[in-house]
Amino acid sequence: MDNILNQIGIENYIFLSVILFCIGVFGVLYRRNAIVVFMSIEIMLNAINLLFAAFSTYHQDAQGQIFVFFSMAVAAAEVAIGLAILVSIFRNMGTIDVGNLKNLKG
Amino acid sequence: MDTNLVLVLLLAPFLGFLFNVFLGKKAGKNVVGIVGTLSVAVSFAITLYLFANSSQEPVVINLFDWISIQRFNISFGFLIDQLSILWLLFVTGIGSLIHLYSISYMHDDEKMHSFFAYLNLFIFFMITLVIGSNLLMMFIGWEGVGLCSYLLIGFWYKNQDFNDAAKKAFIMNRIGDLGFLIGIFIVGSLFNTLDFTNLRTTIESAKDVNDLWIAIAALALFIGATGKSAQLPLYTWLPDAMAGPTPVSALIHAATMVTAGIFMLTRLNFLFDLAPSVQNIIAIVGACTALVAATIALVQNDIKKVLAYSTVSQLGLMFLALGLGAYEVAVFHVITHAFFKACLFLGSGSVIHGLHGEQDMRRMGGLKKAMPITFITMLIASLAIAGIFPLAGFWSKDEILMTAFHANPSFPFLWIVGSIASIMTAFYMFRLIYLTFFNSFRGTEEQKHHLHESPSLITVPLIILAILSFVGGAISLPGHSWLNDYLAPLFTKVAHEEHTLGSTEYMLMAIATIGALIGIGIAYKKYLKDNTIPSEDAEITGLSKVLYNKYYVDEIYDSVFVKPINVLSDLFREHVEKALSALVFGLGKVTNEIAIQGKKAHNGSIGFYLFAFVIGVIVILTYLFLQQFFI
Repeated sequence: MDNILNQIGIENYIFLSVILFCIGVFGVLYRRNAIVVFMSIEIMLNAINLLFAAFSTYHQDAQGQIFVFFSMAVAAAEVAIGLAILVSIFRNMGTIDVGNLKNLKG
Repeated sequence: MDTNLVLVLLLAPFLGFLFNVFLGKKAGKNVVGIVGTLSVAVSFAITLYLFANSSQEPVVINLFDWISIQRFNISFGFLIDQLSILWLLFVTGIGSLIHLYSISYMHDDEKMHSFFAYLNLFIFFMITLVIGSNLLMMFIGWEGVGLCSYLLIGFWYKNQDFNDAAKKAFIMNRIGDLGFLIGIFIVGSLFNTLDFTNLRTTIESAKDVNDLWIAIAALALFIGATGKSAQLPLYTWLPDAMAGPTPVSALIHAATMVTAGIFMLTRLNFLFDLAPSVQNIIAIVGACTALVAATIALVQNDIKKVLAYSTVSQLGLMFLALGLGAYEVAVFHVITHAFFKACLFLGSGSVIHGLHGEQDMRRMGGLKKAMPITFITMLIASLAIAGIFPLAGFWSKDEILMTAFHANPSFPFLWIVGSIASIMTAFYMFRLIYLTFFNSFRGTEEQKHHLHESPSLITVPLIILAILSFVGGAISLPGHSWLNDYLAPLFTKVAHEEHTLGSTEYMLMAIATIGALIGIGIAYKKYLKDNTIPSEDAEITGLSKVLYNKYYVDEIYDSVFVKPINVLSDLFREHVEKALSALVFGLGKVTNEIAIQGKKAHNGSIGFYLFAFVIGVIVILTYLFLQQFFI
């Protein structure tokens, strides 16, 4: 089977990854809903995962793909904890708007 | 020789000190006095035992290695030889007598327990100084006796003048101690050891020694000695040290501590023998000190000041002998001087005690009848210090003068200076005796009413010391010198032939005796026959005013050293310190301001934090990206 990379080209994967990452960054910066911020972080993570997978194939090295599994597992754990925190914030404050969360003020 | 015995010898006074300092107040004055005196008496008894059983060979006791760095090794040890035993004998012997005396003398003082504590501590440090086996051990004792001297001069600390005197003594001694330390450092780096025994073998076996550095080391050590033993130019602390209680003056500032410099030079005689130029300096400094101090003593009116300058003068004579390489002669004079000067000081203490604190000889007179024992003992001691045959001072002073004469018979400059100082000694001592004990009493009626002989605790030490001043010369008669034989193993070379008693020697003796008699005669004529009373302070004029004010040396030191330093310190306090504190405060303010500004960034808004985070990442990435173009 012809390698899918040869048909599309490594640079396109990189472009896609960068676009996804930037979307994630802007999502984090501009959206105020904590859940959307979370989603944006997941987009950034997946942009990186994509890059890992792409380069792994490009270099004919399985390490990158193995690393993606770890990364996904960590992301899943992080999401679980993050959502739990959000639920508890919502119960306490009745909102998940990050603009209202000012209790960290030093 | 038993290690334990030496430890007891050393630690007995220290235990006395601990007892008096911690339990003394509760125990009561009698117990304090007995414990203090006994602890020193124990040391004296052990010293006597050591003396009786002493061998020719020095005994070295190493307790443990103190400092060891590669090949350089300093042990914590003791060296018991003829010199240290001799010094121990009169330190603990006279020390015991003076402790005994102090029981009565200090009985009315509320702080008697601290007095005895300090005295015991002094004896402890003095023993350390004397039996230390290396220069560093000696230095411990050296500093310790300085501390005790400071504490005891300022014993009556409620009087600010006394505190000043104590500080002066301490600071003057520090100057000397710096010299001593530098000397120790040079010796250590030259010979890789500070141990006396090793030093001696090293120096005797070494052929290619560096003369210049040895001379510098010897000079530095001598500067140390001038501080402790009150020689020119550091002598001014000793007369002021008379602010302390009289037993202290007798023990520390006449008999023992001030002889530490002579002890050190004698201990290191093999080193000084290699530096003839320094020896010349020592001899000249000694002779000058003897003369200068004697001239000042001529006109002093405070009974203790006369004795203090006399001490400085006698120490000068000892250094004269040391400078001429006649160590055993200096040691001889140290011993006889310890006897008669302690006796004189204790006698003056008895007089002061009888007059309830009066020290001015112009307010004394006619005490002969009221205080016969004090009078007779002081008279004997005065005859001894004046050098009248056959008392102790005659033999020792005569040997010094003979040595000075033989050092350069064609032009005996040092002999002339020493002789003049001796004649003056005879004069001022008998001036003291006549003014104090003869003619009629010049004090107040009330004092006259209370005149009394001191109790036996005071007179017994006086009598013992007077007897010793009388017969003390017997240890080193010319031709049959027990002392010279005893000390012989200490010295590498016999510096001078033992004086055979030829016509020159008899002539010198005759000159010395006649000189002393002339001095006494002048004093007799002036103060007994003519009954002259020294004029009041304001009426003193001419040369005697210069002498009375001690050549204005204190004032000169004040304007040359103290005042400029004060000006400098004012400058530093007024300007430099302000600038420095402005700098320090400024730094604090800047930090504070940065913190206040930085605090504003932490406004608690998560959105802002994230924004800052992203900006930061972008900046780092940009930097890393741009970096490749520049490296």
